[in-house]
Amino acid sequence: MTHKPKLKLATTSLAGCFGCHMSFLDMDERLIELLEHIEFDRSPFTDIKQLDHCDIGLIEGGVCNAENVHVLRTYRANCRILVAVGACAINGGVPALRNHFSLKECLEEAYVKTPDMINPHIPDDPELPLLLNKVYPVHEVVKIDYFLPGCPPSADTFYRFLSELIEGKEPQIGKVELRYD
Amino acid sequence: MSEHLHLLHILHELQQKHRYISEASICEVAAQLSLPVSQVRAVVAFYAFFYSTPCGHYHILFSNCTSCGYRAGGTDLLRLLSQKLSVNIGQTRKDEQVSIDETSCIGMCDHGPSLLINGVPLVHVDAEKIEQMAALIEADKPLNEWPSAWFHVKDHIYKRGLLLDSSLSAGDGLRAMLTRGREGTLTEIIQSKLRGRGGAGFSTGLKWRLCQQAAGEAHYVVCNADEGEPGTFKDRMLLQQHADALCEGMTICAYVIGAYQGFIYLRGEYRYLLPHLQATLMHRRKLGLLGTAILGQTGLEFDIDIVVGAGAYICGEESALIESLEEKPGIPRSRPPFPVTHGYLGQPTVVNNVETLIAATHIAYKGSAWFTAVGTPASTGSKLLSISGDCAAAGIYEYPFGVTIQQILEECGADNAQAVQVGGPAGTLLDQTAFHRQIAFEDVGTGGSFMIFNQERDILTIIHQFATFFAHESCGFCTPCRVGTILLKQGLDKIMIGQGARNDMAELQRVSELVRRYSHCGLGHTAANSILDGLQHFPQAFEQQLTQYDYTARFELNAALQEARQLTRHDGKEAHLEQGQD
Repeated sequence: MTHKPKLKLATTSLAGCFGCHMSFLDMDERLIELLEHIEFDRSPFTDIKQLDHCDIGLIEGGVCNAENVHVLRTYRANCRILVAVGACAINGGVPALRNHFSLKECLEEAYVKTPDMINPHIPDDPELPLLLNKVYPVHEVVKIDYFLPGCPPSADTFYRFLSELIEGKEPQIGKVELRYD
Repeated sequence: MSEHLHLLHILHELQQKHRYISEASICEVAAQLSLPVSQVRAVVAFYAFFYSTPCGHYHILFSNCTSCGYRAGGTDLLRLLSQKLSVNIGQTRKDEQVSIDETSCIGMCDHGPSLLINGVPLVHVDAEKIEQMAALIEADKPLNEWPSAWFHVKDHIYKRGLLLDSSLSAGDGLRAMLTRGREGTLTEIIQSKLRGRGGAGFSTGLKWRLCQQAAGEAHYVVCNADEGEPGTFKDRMLLQQHADALCEGMTICAYVIGAYQGFIYLRGEYRYLLPHLQATLMHRRKLGLLGTAILGQTGLEFDIDIVVGAGAYICGEESALIESLEEKPGIPRSRPPFPVTHGYLGQPTVVNNVETLIAATHIAYKGSAWFTAVGTPASTGSKLLSISGDCAAAGIYEYPFGVTIQQILEECGADNAQAVQVGGPAGTLLDQTAFHRQIAFEDVGTGGSFMIFNQERDILTIIHQFATFFAHESCGFCTPCRVGTILLKQGLDKIMIGQGARNDMAELQRVSELVRRYSHCGLGHTAANSILDGLQHFPQAFEQQLTQYDYTARFELNAALQEARQLTRHDGKEAHLEQGQD
C-alpha cells in the first residue's frame, strides 16, 4: 500500500479569542488519528512562525488591523484551501461590536477616559499595528473557499470537515452546522 | 366591495390629506375596517407611496428607469432640481414645501425624462423645465395653474396590427359570446391558442377552463393593470384607448368561468387614468353591458371594481397582486395552489393581463381563425411592444409574433444599436449577434418592453441600474432575493468604481445563479438575468473596469486605516495597505 503524503495544515487567530483553536483541540484522541494524515505547519499549536506552502489554512477571527490583513494575505498566498473558521471570521463576531462606534470613541473610552490612567493617551507606538476603522469578516479581504460556522465550530465539525478533505471529497457543511438555534 | 372602502384607497386619501400616515391614523383605519393594526401598519410600510413622515406640499418622484429616468437626457435632473430648491434627496425640506426622491419606472418611456408630482405624471422634463418648476414651487403655484402641456401624456402609436387595426363597438364581443354560448366561447379562446401577454405566456383558454372547473363559493376575474416592468407602457395606451374592450374581455371571462365580480388592479403610477376608467364603467352600466341583466339577459350579472396600487413592482406578480387586493402587503404566495383554484379570498380566480383580455374580446367577436392567421404556430396573434431608448420613434408598435429584432430596429429608426433589452430588466439582454432572433414565446419572449441601447451607452451602467431596481423592489420575504439582490448590486458597485478584480466577476456569476435558483417567486428568478446575460455577451463591459489584481477587498482598505493614521500620527509606508492581492 502506497502511503499518501500528509496534508499540510496551518492555522492562525486574527481578531478572535482562540476559542476555535480550543475547540479544535476538543477532538481529543481523534487528533492522534488525524496526525496520521495531517502535519501542522505555522500554527499556535506548533509555534512555527514561518508559513510554508500548505494544503489547508484555517483562519479564526475577523480582520481588525493592518497586521491581520498581511497575515491573512500570506495565508491566502500559501494555502491551497483557505477556510474561515467560526463566527468572528465569518461575520466579525464579538470584536465587531465596536463597529457601532468610531475608532476614536473606542480608543478614548479605553485609554483616555478610564479613571486612574497614568499618562492617558491613545497608544501610538510604531510597533503597534494600525487598527482598521471597523472589524471585517475575512472574506471581504481575501477569497475564502469554505466557511465553518459556529461559536466555536464543534470538534465534530472540525473532524468531519478535515476527514472529508483527507478522503479527497468535497466537504459538505451539514444542516446541523447551519441551523439557527 | 365599494372602491372607496378599500384599505389602499383609504390610506391614499390620508396620504393626500396629511402628506403622511400617522400612527394614530393607522389605528383609526384599523378600527374602521376591523383589521388588525399590525396589518395596516405592514401595508403602510410595504408600499412606496405611503410615508410615515410628512412629504412636502410638492412631492416629486423622478423615474429612475433607463428610458424615462432622470438621467435619460444626459444631465442628472434629480440632482439639478434638488440643488435649485436646496432640498436633500429623500428628505423633506424644513419648511415642508417640497420633497424629492426617485421611484421605479413610471411607464412614460416614450416621453423622455419624466416624474410624478403629487402623483401626477409630468413628462419631457429637461433642464429648462426644472428651472421653471423650481420657480413655480417657490411661488407656491397650485398644479392646476402650471402649464397644462407639461402633463399631457400622448399615445405614440407607430404601427398598428391585428388588434389596433380592428374596430369594435361596445357590446360586439358580448353579443357574439351569447350567440356561441359558454362552451362555444371557451372553445374559440382555446382554439385561438391565445397566450398570456404579461410575459409568462400561459394558455389563456386553459387558465379559463381550469378556473371554470374549480369548485368554489365564488369565482373572480382580475385584470392585471400593474404594468411595472421598466420600459413597458402599452397597457397605459390600452387603458386609455381600449378600456371598453378590456371590460368586455373581463365580462366574457366572467361568463365563461361563472364570476359575478371582477377587479382591475391599476398601478398607482397610472392613477391619473382612474377617472377615465370609472367613466367607462359607468357608461357600460348605462348601456346594460355591466351590472345585472347584461344585454337584457336575466341571470347574466357581472360588475367591475378598480383597486389602485401604491408603488410596488412585485404586485405585478399575480399572487402578490391578489394579496394586495385583499388589503395586505404584496408578498407573493407559495404556488401551487395557483390562483385558478385558490385566488382572491381563496376562491378560483383568473388573473389576466390587459392586452390578453382585449385580445380575448376580439377573438370572441371575430373567431379563432382570424387570430391564428397571424403569428407563429406556438405564438399566435400579435404583440404590442413598448419601444424606447435609442431610436428615432419611441412608442407603441404592434407586430405579428415571429418578427425579428432586426426588423423592429430598422422600423423604429435604431441604426446604431449595440444591445436590446427585451422584456424589461427581468427579460433578456441581447447583443448584435442575436438580432436575427424572433419575438415569440418559443424564442425571445416579452411582456412588451423593448429597450434599445446604442453604441455610446455603457452596458455596465445599464446593468447596474437594473440591479439597483431589483434590490429596491425585492419584497424582502425570502433571503435569496432580499440579500442576493443587494449582494449583486454591491458587486456591481465595486466594479463600477474601478475596484473590482477578476474574482468579482466569478462571484457575480455565482450569486446570480443562487438568486435565480433559490428565490421564492418570479422577481428573484429573473432579477439576475441581465447580469448573467451581460457576463456572457458583454464580458468586456466588466473587464475594462477591473484592476490588475486577482482579488481586491470588498471595502476600501487604505481608507479604513485613515482614522488610525490620524489618531496615531503615523503616515509612513507601513501605515498604508494595497487594495488587492495577486
